[in-house]
Amino acid sequence: MNSTEKVNLHDIAADYDAKAAKTERRVTICAGTGCVANGSLKVKDKLAAALRERNLDVVLELNHHDDVPQGSTYISKSGCQGFCQMGPLLRIEPDGILYTKVNVADVEEIVESTLVGHKVIDRLLYVDPASGKSCKGDHEIPFYARQTRVVLANCVIEPSSVEEYIAKGGYTAAEKAYTTMTEKEICDCVLASGLRGRGGGGFPTGRKWQFTLQSPGPKKYVICNGDEGDPGAFMDRSVMEGNPHAVIEGMMIAARAIGADEGYVYVRAEYPLAVERVRSATRDAEAKGLLGDNLFGSGLSFRLHVMEGAGAFVCGEETALIASIEGKRGMPMPKPPFPAKSGLWGKPTVINNVETLASVPYILREGADKYRSVGTPKSPGTKTFALTGHVVNTGLIEVPFGATLREIVYNIGGGVTNNKGKVTGEDFKSVQIGGPSGGCLTPAMLDMPMDFDSLKEVGAMVGSGGLVVMNNETCMVSVARFFMQFTQNESCGKCVPCREGTKQMLALLDDIIEGRADRHTLELLERTAKAVRVGSLCGLGKTAPNPVLSTLKYFREEYEAHVYKKRCPTGQCKSLAMPEILAAKCKGCTACARKCPVGAISGAPKQPHVIDADKCVKCGVCKSVCRFDAVVGV
Amino acid sequence: MRETLEKTEAMVKHLAAVNRILEKHQYDEAKLIPILQEVQAEYNFLSRDVISYVATSLGLPPARVFGVATFYAHFSLEPKGKYVFRLCDGTACHVKGSIPILEALRKRLGLDAKTPTTPDMMFTIETVSCLGACGLAPVMVVNDDVYGQITPAKAVEVIEEIVAKEKNAKTE
Repeated sequence: MNSTEKVNLHDIAADYDAKAAKTERRVTICAGTGCVANGSLKVKDKLAAALRERNLDVVLELNHHDDVPQGSTYISKSGCQGFCQMGPLLRIEPDGILYTKVNVADVEEIVESTLVGHKVIDRLLYVDPASGKSCKGDHEIPFYARQTRVVLANCVIEPSSVEEYIAKGGYTAAEKAYTTMTEKEICDCVLASGLRGRGGGGFPTGRKWQFTLQSPGPKKYVICNGDEGDPGAFMDRSVMEGNPHAVIEGMMIAARAIGADEGYVYVRAEYPLAVERVRSATRDAEAKGLLGDNLFGSGLSFRLHVMEGAGAFVCGEETALIASIEGKRGMPMPKPPFPAKSGLWGKPTVINNVETLASVPYILREGADKYRSVGTPKSPGTKTFALTGHVVNTGLIEVPFGATLREIVYNIGGGVTNNKGKVTGEDFKSVQIGGPSGGCLTPAMLDMPMDFDSLKEVGAMVGSGGLVVMNNETCMVSVARFFMQFTQNESCGKCVPCREGTKQMLALLDDIIEGRADRHTLELLERTAKAVRVGSLCGLGKTAPNPVLSTLKYFREEYEAHVYKKRCPTGQCKSLAMPEILAAKCKGCTACARKCPVGAISGAPKQPHVIDADKCVKCGVCKSVCRFDAVVGV
Repeated sequence: MRETLEKTEAMVKHLAAVNRILEKHQYDEAKLIPILQEVQAEYNFLSRDVISYVATSLGLPPARVFGVATFYAHFSLEPKGKYVFRLCDGTACHVKGSIPILEALRKRLGLDAKTPTTPDMMFTIETVSCLGACGLAPVMVVNDDVYGQITPAKAVEVIEEIVAKEKNAKTE
């Protein structure tokens, strides 16, 4: 496209809609990381081949077809649809069918029965375990029906089609920003929406933009922080994979608001698919004249670069991320000066999280009031969470701020599972939120609204949005140690309290877990935690003690059992484990005695067995073979 | 004399790819990370010679390039095996039992935390902090193939399959 020629969104949308109208059906196959791992792309290829074998017209790339056959079937990919556990997912529209756990062997039947015969295949439908009912489409599945999808709304479109994004109203917000709004009007609109940064801090996005707008200088930058390093979180990955154009449009609007003409998307290297999708979306947008010079005839330019990270958690911190883009070690700098004044190459820079930027086009298109109509007054809008761990439905969800934990864990998540994968209704122990910077929530907090401020009050944080559900068989001291190990590994080493303090905290936790702790250990652990918190420069060090402090606060008796009784109540800590057979539950089946590698178990058949503590090596084999849950403490 | 000449020629050949990559990035020191990423993709790891060569070419002290290469987890100063197993140890994978899988893999190959690669350069076992496929926890990636909801037994099976495949390839 000639850069002086103005892009006409209306024509692109009309052209796309006309092509789409010729197709009779659309089959959408989820191509997020999870479903691809389960073979969804093979399903797609097989489906196309099976239709062609029957001489049926198949369209694979609608945008590249000049002559779409009337009545054809359009087979498209989508980004992550969120219900990863039930993948690969396959949607058939306009029939409103969602098939789950589809594999290549099911394809022939789908073609014969559903696409040709118009019959629904019951065995591929999702069955709601609570009611036992088969659900035909997503509106019947509680996991989807109870969500409010704004950022994820477009995650069923073809991510490689800029045309479809435009047909869904995409880039109209950017057009508005470049042609009819002033810088100040854009900042004011985003400020009025109450949008708060989704990367963890919750700082008002509009204010950040205002500060950067006010910084003088002809050269400014916009950076999208896609370095989602928080273990247990994958919201940003899903947005970049499923809706990359929303991120690009959000960045264009941010650039217009602050007067920047260049931007970087910094994507975590562990997300190869996200890197590829953002890169190709950037190329498509350039080809359409949506990136480059003279955008929408405004005379303004915006160029976008995609940079792949190299594996450093601390680069999620904005000053460290900037250092990384400049080709240096990703170590944080003291603030002020804030990036709004002196950021990339010393120029004023706005740096926003993926989800924040993906929310911006919606705000400009629909208005601040509409955005505020969901969520709470202080935390408006919706939030995506990665729901994982010991829960029936794992996956990606989006709910309004203020939804309760109960709603998320029980109604959307379908309840907590024990280690054998069963829901008993009694297994909920804790939810870890906010990853290595966050804290643990307890059953007492199930009805607390989830928003920035309520979570802060109880010593946790929204963070990037990882929710890891843990059952009663999880040792909270081990969980704290897990996060400590993580921050210790990832500490960049600049601040001594963080570098050395995390090491000492890890050693103290090892003492507790391995039975070497005494009455001073917990106090020393708390004192070290406070020193790390006040003595560190960046968010990594400041929040590194949170998982320890939060578990100490809510699960202190578990720490005390380790320290004073030298026992791990869950039996997870091998050094403290002391397996025991509950006589009341033991049926005397002899399975454990036969499997014990050191012959420590004795007992007559059909009589309760006993473990000889002197011989036992605490390997846990007895527990894993027991069918009556009679072995505890290992 | 001839020997030296041959050695130099081999070296020049060996570094041709580095030159191409440096050229592509116009010897821009700000592109150091993408340059090292591409160099590593070409040679499988960053040798000391290559790091020094990149540093000299960019007009940087070698210490600066070493600093970057050792800071980021993705850069490896040691060569890796033909099959790199990356086991996710993110929170979700951890609570769903990633450590027993790691132990099973290491036990099968006789490896530990200090020796991640088998002597025949066939297997490397690593952990990563999160692959972002938490819905499928526990997750393992072998080169580019993702395996979801794995168990210690399934993970070892993957090794056995590769061993069998490599054996067949040798006899053919």
